[in-house]
Amino acid sequence: MRRVGIVALNTFREAVRDRVLYNLVFFALVMIAASILVGQISIGIEEMVIVSLGLSAISVIGLLIAVFIGVGLVSKEMDKRTLYALLAKPVRRWEFLLGKFGGLVLTLTVNTIAMALGLFLALGVITQSDEHLAGSVLVAVYFILLKLALVVALALLFSCYTTPLLAILCTAGLYIAGLFVKEMRAFQSDTVSQAVQSVLRGLSYILPNFENFDVMAAAAHGRAIPGLLIAQNTAYAALYCAVVLAAATAIFTRRNLK
Amino acid sequence: MATPAIEIENLTKDYPFGFLHLKKKTSLEGLTMSVENGEVFGFLGPNGAGKSTTIKLLVGLIFPTAGTARILGKPISDISMHGDIGYLPEQPYFYDYLTAAELLDYFARIHDLPAQERKARVDAMLKKVGLETARKIQLRKYSKGMLQRVGLAQAILHDPKVVILDEPMSGLDPVGRREVRDIILELKQAGKTVLFSTHILSDAEMLCDRVGVIVGGKLRGVGAPDEIVGMKPQGMEILFEYTGDSKGLRGLLSKATQTGSRYRLQVAEADLYATMQQLCGAGAKVLSVSQVRATLEEYFMHLVAADRAQAPAVEVSGK
Repeated sequence: MRRVGIVALNTFREAVRDRVLYNLVFFALVMIAASILVGQISIGIEEMVIVSLGLSAISVIGLLIAVFIGVGLVSKEMDKRTLYALLAKPVRRWEFLLGKFGGLVLTLTVNTIAMALGLFLALGVITQSDEHLAGSVLVAVYFILLKLALVVALALLFSCYTTPLLAILCTAGLYIAGLFVKEMRAFQSDTVSQAVQSVLRGLSYILPNFENFDVMAAAAHGRAIPGLLIAQNTAYAALYCAVVLAAATAIFTRRNLK
Repeated sequence: MATPAIEIENLTKDYPFGFLHLKKKTSLEGLTMSVENGEVFGFLGPNGAGKSTTIKLLVGLIFPTAGTARILGKPISDISMHGDIGYLPEQPYFYDYLTAAELLDYFARIHDLPAQERKARVDAMLKKVGLETARKIQLRKYSKGMLQRVGLAQAILHDPKVVILDEPMSGLDPVGRREVRDIILELKQAGKTVLFSTHILSDAEMLCDRVGVIVGGKLRGVGAPDEIVGMKPQGMEILFEYTGDSKGLRGLLSKATQTGSRYRLQVAEADLYATMQQLCGAGAKVLSVSQVRATLEEYFMHLVAADRAQAPAVEVSGK
């Protein structure tokens, strides 16, 4: 596991040196602009607007990084042949994969924490927020992070055996499908055959359920988020990531690096 | 008897191709050879002959279709063996956002070197490959030759027992090539086993205890460079001086190469005695008689030509 940490830290260093964290400047600009404008366009719902806007920005920016950098985690190393020298050293392929995953998740964590601080700063500027709101926003940020970890795992899986473009399409496709899991499960129609409905229901249990991680509305209204949901989502994300990473390892350990 | 550093037995690599991967290209066919401890072994062959495929199989980057290989007595699938080998990939490319010192430090950490030793080894390696002054420059600003030097430094950073170098002279200027040759000789003196592939036959002749020639995915010959070319005797060469009438040696002079009054004549070994008698009889002064031995390059070209004549359309590249 020590080598996993070494690869992860190097992946984080790569993200920092490739100026991935520059997106924080963009986020800061959005929050400053929102803080100035929100008072003029909304009365009494400033907090809600800022929280919604802030969480959406954290989620979208995080997703862009997770998908676009995630799909290159392995394929870029194969294209540039940078992993040849590394894999000829005493590094197991699963250690390399886990390190790459850990490195990007670490990058996203640092990025998300910085953006969350920016959001709290903006909230502090416009209003004296209550503890409920702060707690809910923190949980919402945590859920975004879980969601991003899951997206990184999926991107890494596709990165192991397909081109970056196809990997982006597959990851984005799975993410979008995962936002409609509940609808797929409850889907009933007279015009669609039972077989199709059964397939949809079956798929809804296999696809990653990204709906569970969306508590943005509750956070914006300052509603408390149940502890059970936090535990459930944590366990779900951990288990799903483990399964996806195991699949990625199974593919990558058999792959010839031509 | 000591176990060879590298043992390869019937190693074969096929690459599937086509839409359903039903067809296959054989990149390496039944390779069997060994490299002894402390030996410098040169792996020669034209592009696509199977040199890099063999090396990638040995370091675990690709997996064999058939056959086995062992390094230092351990199967190539055993990752623990990687701590004792150093590998320089062909046309190496490294994380270009790192400096040379950072890259070597990263690899030293992977090899679990303690902090004190890590720093000392990184400094020593940068000095050895002549990159001391460029240690803080990001690799994206390095030339091809400088990257090759970094590659060599990372291959020997952890003091491995077996060093495997894929085209180590590629991209280097004459000074760089000389330095790499010196490093290989230093490794040999330190008792390390070195296996390297190359196109540059003079380097192989100069450095190697033994060479293996691979063409079309098959090993065509293994032995000491002088031994391997000795398999193809080219006859005898007579150097003589003759100032007399050309009619006396008409038949021989037409076959000889003339430089002033000196002639260089190649004859078959069986014809040597008769030719010498004829020369002496005509009053020629024989200066020297020597055996004509093919150079490694001639032997190599002969094998390549034979392979192409045998199967002109075969594509054996694994790439």
